Amino acid sequence: MRPALTRWITLGALTGLAVAALTGCTPSVPGTSSNTAKAVSSSAMTKALNTPTTLTFWTWTPNLQDEVALFTKKYPKIKVNVVNAGQGAAEYTKLRTVLKAGKGAPDVAQIEYQYMPSFRLTKSLENLAPYGAADLKNQFVGWVWNQVSDSTGVYGVPQDSGPMGDLYRKDVFAKAGITTPPATWADFAKDAAVLKSKTGAYISDMPGSDPGQLMGLFSQAGSKPFSYDGKKTLSIHLDNAADKKVVAYWQGLIQKGYVSSAADFNNDWYKALGNGSYASWQTAAWAPVFLQSAVKSTAGKWRAAPLPQWTAGANASGNWGGSANSVVAGTKNALAAYALAKFVNTDPASTKMMATEQLLFPTTLSTLSSPDFVNQKPAFYGGQAVNKEFSDISKTVDTNFVWPPITDYLYSSYTTTLGKAIANKGDMVSALTDWQNTVVAYAKQQGFTVQ
Amino acid sequence: MSVSVRPTRRRATINRAQGVTGTLLVLPFLVVFVALFVVPIVYSAYLSLFTDQLVGGETFSGLANYVRALTDAHFWAGFGRVVLFLVIQVPIMLIVALFFALAIDSGRLRGSRAVRLIVFLPYAIPGIVASLMWGYLYGPNFGLFSQITQAINLGSLNLLSSGNILGAIMNIVCWEFIGYNMIILYSALRAVPAELYDAAEVDGAGQWRLAWSIKIPAIRQAILLTVIFSIIGSFQLFAEPSILSVLAPNSIGTDFSPNLYAYNVAFVNQDVSYSAAIAFVLGLIIMVISYVVQTVTNRREGE
Repeated sequence: MRPALTRWITLGALTGLAVAALTGCTPSVPGTSSNTAKAVSSSAMTKALNTPTTLTFWTWTPNLQDEVALFTKKYPKIKVNVVNAGQGAAEYTKLRTVLKAGKGAPDVAQIEYQYMPSFRLTKSLENLAPYGAADLKNQFVGWVWNQVSDSTGVYGVPQDSGPMGDLYRKDVFAKAGITTPPATWADFAKDAAVLKSKTGAYISDMPGSDPGQLMGLFSQAGSKPFSYDGKKTLSIHLDNAADKKVVAYWQGLIQKGYVSSAADFNNDWYKALGNGSYASWQTAAWAPVFLQSAVKSTAGKWRAAPLPQWTAGANASGNWGGSANSVVAGTKNALAAYALAKFVNTDPASTKMMATEQLLFPTTLSTLSSPDFVNQKPAFYGGQAVNKEFSDISKTVDTNFVWPPITDYLYSSYTTTLGKAIANKGDMVSALTDWQNTVVAYAKQQGFTVQ
Repeated sequence: MSVSVRPTRRRATINRAQGVTGTLLVLPFLVVFVALFVVPIVYSAYLSLFTDQLVGGETFSGLANYVRALTDAHFWAGFGRVVLFLVIQVPIMLIVALFFALAIDSGRLRGSRAVRLIVFLPYAIPGIVASLMWGYLYGPNFGLFSQITQAINLGSLNLLSSGNILGAIMNIVCWEFIGYNMIILYSALRAVPAELYDAAEVDGAGQWRLAWSIKIPAIRQAILLTVIFSIIGSFQLFAEPSILSVLAPNSIGTDFSPNLYAYNVAFVNQDVSYSAAIAFVLGLIIMVISYVVQTVTNRREGE
């Protein structure tokens, strides 16, 4: 090959790489939002629902078409395209891209609670209060409602939630001679030592890969790391006393070898859950269903209990996961879109279907107390009324935990700070401070006034 | 007189017609090139001149993003990692590829077609699938390698730990690209005139001598090409760490490689402008390094 030709190819390859690195840089159009509170009359709503309209609904909830079908049956003029644009972060990346591009955005989108403030910051979510959403408040569990609303308005209708409890392997605990699940974290630590010496199993896994679980445990300990005024002022205190207590506690268990610190939700972790390497999982209300499909072979061996408590009898819990259906700002069909989000998540037939078919953990008070739901006794849990257990736990979740508008960064920086220390069994308490400093630096860089 | 004028005129008309046809033929390429190549680059360059904040929005800031990139410890950490990757992985990959190419070309290898196919096959598997597959094999408790070490009582082997991850990725990239480089080198070998071999054999040269003194010098340019491609590929490291970061999020940080960092800055930190600046800085560095490598080798060849 002649040098000139080589040079050409090199140059082509070089320019190609620059483009590759830059794809996705779309023009930024500021989100158009009609947050001016102006009540909408019921006649306008009736009119909207009788006008032929096509709505696009981004959701990753499996088979949600079934609930949507109930809606379109009631309002035959409305057609709904249900699109799975990916779960969680995958959907958000797409949603942000289409919002920046200024077209292609859905009318309704599923958004997890911890990411709602970041979408509100970019004014991407319609305030639903003018459409009458504030009236829905009394139908929902208090802490869940606070995840979608504040004094300025309502930004989504809750769909599912993840109050945290303790799922444990009755058989593994029994092998170690333990018959009752730990009631306090002190008991948990004692049981951990016994389990390790008698069965070789870890009592649990504390992953360094995703802070969702740990944030729930922080909340259980009474931590409120964030507050945000909705404008510029953001307070971040990840290294508060409660968080330090929680991190120091797990650091002790991990360094003694009683708790594993492997990344979760991957092949290795599924195998370990299935073969009894982890005797328990401090997890959310969606997990009982998740386990039934993830580790089928362990049917009948699991039981549910409330989380161990810091103070005996305190009955405190936190939340891990759950999401709402929000109306995306800029939609031309805001009224019909709100009607859809409201119907799917509040209509008794629809919420019952979600709780019993998709097995989402409910957010409405009526479904949480409905006999069809709480009296289920799955054989996977030895006939225990698991839903009843978590339904009671849901009442004990802190009502005032708020998320910052920078959760994407909060979560990604966890893996390189505290998460890394957990995985490497290192100094987790000082890594908590590193995490705090990293997040604060990012917030300042992004123009927030950090307190 | 007329005889001498006519050809000139005819030549002129031919040239004009050729010019039109030429333009028409080039046009489709040109349109795509400008729309998908030049415009995005110019637009990214434009974006990189702004500071994009979540609070406060976009403000023109000149070269501030470039200054930030040049002093960003995350960027340089990733850069250092890919340089280490380059220095270790590229020589191993290219030497093995060259060995296979020479072996197949020597005609002494039995089943050389099968070997060629088997070595090339991994290149036909998409990098993402390859990374997922190796990711499972590397699993610290139930991965193949760890199960082997456990079976022979050596304990479990975590190939995804912070210390091992770079080597693990080097292995994946070697597996993927040895075949590709082998094919480039093998094609170049096929183009070497056979008379040279005959002459060498007459002079009593064996296969090793033939490879060292005739074949390798003859395919210098092809080797240089694979080197340049590999340099660019190393700096562009993205798919493998991006996929493996799901399995080993604490070993592969958001700044593992410069491209992964640019991606995370754009899509996680939501700082598209800064990401554009990082991409340009990286592009410029690669251009300079590739140019230097080429000039140095060509000059040495001239001596």
